[in-house]
Amino acid sequence: MKILVCISKAPDTTAKIAFTDNNTAFDTNGVQFIVNPYDEWYALVRGLELKEQNGGSVTVVNVGLAENEPIIRKALAIGADEAVRINVNPTDALQTAKEIVAFAKAEGFDMVLLGKETIDYNGSQLGGMIAELMDMPYVSLASKLEMEGTTATIHRDIQGGTEVVEVTAPFVISAAKGMAEARIPNMRGIMAARTKPLKVVEGSGANASTTIANYELPPAKGECHYIDADNAAELIELLHNEAKVI
Amino acid sequence: MSVLIYANTANGKIHKSAFEAVAYGSKIAADLGTNATAIVIGACSDAESLGEFGATKILHANDSKFNDFDPSIYTQVVVKGAEAEGADVIIFSHDFSGKSIAPRVAAKLDAGLVSGAVDYPSTANGFTVKKAVFSGKAFANITINTDKKVISLLPNSVDKSAKGGSASVETFSPEVGAATVKVKEVIKESADLPLTEAEKVVSAGRGLKGPENWGMIEDLAKELGAATACSRPVADMDWRPHHEHVGQTGVAIRPNLYIAVGISGAIQHLAGVNQSKTIVVINNDPEAPFFKSANYGIVGDAFEVIPKLVEAAKAFNASNH
Ligand SMILES: Cc1cc2nc3c(=O)[nH]c(=O)nc-3n(C[C@H](O)[C@H](O)[C@H](O)COP(=O)(O)OP(=O)(O)OC[C@H]3O[C@@H](n4cnc5c(N)ncnc54)[C@H](O)[C@@H]3O)c2cc1C
Ligand SMILES: Nc1ncnc2c1ncn2[C@@H]1O[C@H](COP(=O)(O)O)[C@@H](O)[C@H]1O
Repeated sequence: MKILVCISKAPDTTAKIAFTDNNTAFDTNGVQFIVNPYDEWYALVRGLELKEQNGGSVTVVNVGLAENEPIIRKALAIGADEAVRINVNPTDALQTAKEIVAFAKAEGFDMVLLGKETIDYNGSQLGGMIAELMDMPYVSLASKLEMEGTTATIHRDIQGGTEVVEVTAPFVISAAKGMAEARIPNMRGIMAARTKPLKVVEGSGANASTTIANYELPPAKGECHYIDADNAAELIELLHNEAKVI
Repeated sequence: MSVLIYANTANGKIHKSAFEAVAYGSKIAADLGTNATAIVIGACSDAESLGEFGATKILHANDSKFNDFDPSIYTQVVVKGAEAEGADVIIFSHDFSGKSIAPRVAAKLDAGLVSGAVDYPSTANGFTVKKAVFSGKAFANITINTDKKVISLLPNSVDKSAKGGSASVETFSPEVGAATVKVKEVIKESADLPLTEAEKVVSAGRGLKGPENWGMIEDLAKELGAATACSRPVADMDWRPHHEHVGQTGVAIRPNLYIAVGISGAIQHLAGVNQSKTIVVINNDPEAPFFKSANYGIVGDAFEVIPKLVEAAKAFNASNH
């Protein structure tokens, strides 16, 4: 079973969000970067579990510059067999998808696993785009994935419930909570990661179709209006008359 | 040129978020001086109701082969619908349906996609759409540079009231390829409104001490007509079902009213709720960080405050407001 896991770099969940260059760029000053949690905890770990059960290999791919190598090494430390970095600084998901497809097309992967979204851009785009460009079935927001030969049984989150679906490999899946339990890399994994292959390939020259004009921070919240605990009932009136939400 | 809106269904009826998407797409069409067509795929008994939200035409792909939600097939139907209508702008809801199909449609048409839009596009300088980024901690204005444009709208972002009006429903029967996804079973988690679509949410955290204390939270939610949610540790300890977990790693919500009881307000929790329009925080620790994000705050013991609120809400409902 040949498994491809797409991993992205994201600011640590506690990072302060600020912008520079006239609000056109994210201010990375003092920001710690991590592997996007959904990619690491769910897509990568489930990929590793499937490999452990069925044999095969797990390749991680990242579209990004050399500065991303620490997070790629982290994925190798958790257990991926090899890594590919496509040496492009992508502008949007469609460009990223085209670069991944240009690399993956000839590799014969049985499945492509991604996180449900990146925690910075919150796109939820890449998986569907890769699936369309590779003409494969796509199941988004999957919380469970079991393989039986080439048939996958997948649970996916839908409104107010879960849908159980069946697809045949090769396919693309975006992973949400429930897929797997996060793994912490151990010393052996970290040592091994140093010598595992991290191949750098040049991009195919795909174009982006969107550009970020600028960023905005939400308007500052006004002061909190405190209500005395003894007069809690007053809150209900305020929600009706002032906030007009009930 | 026209605007095409994919209107998703649930249990054979138009889904709530689809009305908002249609209202959104119709306004864009009006601004561009063109018409809005809605496209409905699979069994649906009330497709014509989309006319009240501004669609002037409805394409209904109602063949039973479309009853299973297969993103690859649905993509083909939407793309053929866009061709038939000469649509340049295609709108989805940014819910599970839009997350599954919008990226495929964008890739197929080689079109730029903005997912999770929170406002109408601005055409003053190119075609620019505002979306939430950094888990709600900021917004980005994104310019789509391709001729064809795809947008998925974050639910509860724009005016979604019916404006009146009517539309003709046409049966749409495009040729599509073979099914790729077989739906075997649908497991309902609750008969109620899913959390992401609730306009009011009452949420509680570790401050409640144990699952046996959720009765008063449910009572308050019931009186207010709200859904219930919880912080991550509460779901991790199985005090509450996992689908109630909100925050960075759970569901992101933006109701009109979010009441947080016994939740400290960690940044990862805020990431999933800080776009709520009105936030009420009830916590016995005046230093709890959540108060910094609150519109209304009560410093007090939840076990005393919540029963009082339940009584007040009962009285409020009885007074026929
Ligand atoms: C990568 C990562 C992702 C995460 N994702 C999420 C996420 O998606 N969602 C999430 O919620 N968390 C998430 N967390 C966890 C988050 O950091 C906090 O630990 C968590 O939100 C705390 O939950 P809590 O507020 O219920 O509990 P606590 O922090 O223990 O707070 C309990 C609060 O209850 C108050 N309290 C106690 N007794 C009473 C009483 N009688 N009456 C009133 N108030 C009382 C206390 O003063 C306190 O403020 C994440 C953490 C990490 C590292
Ligand atoms: N630059 C990238 N390189 C490789 N994979 C990525 C990249 N960006 C995003 N991904 C993957 O695509 C998923 C969805 O990203 P997005 O569509 O941007 O929300 C992420 O969870 C990752 O698995």
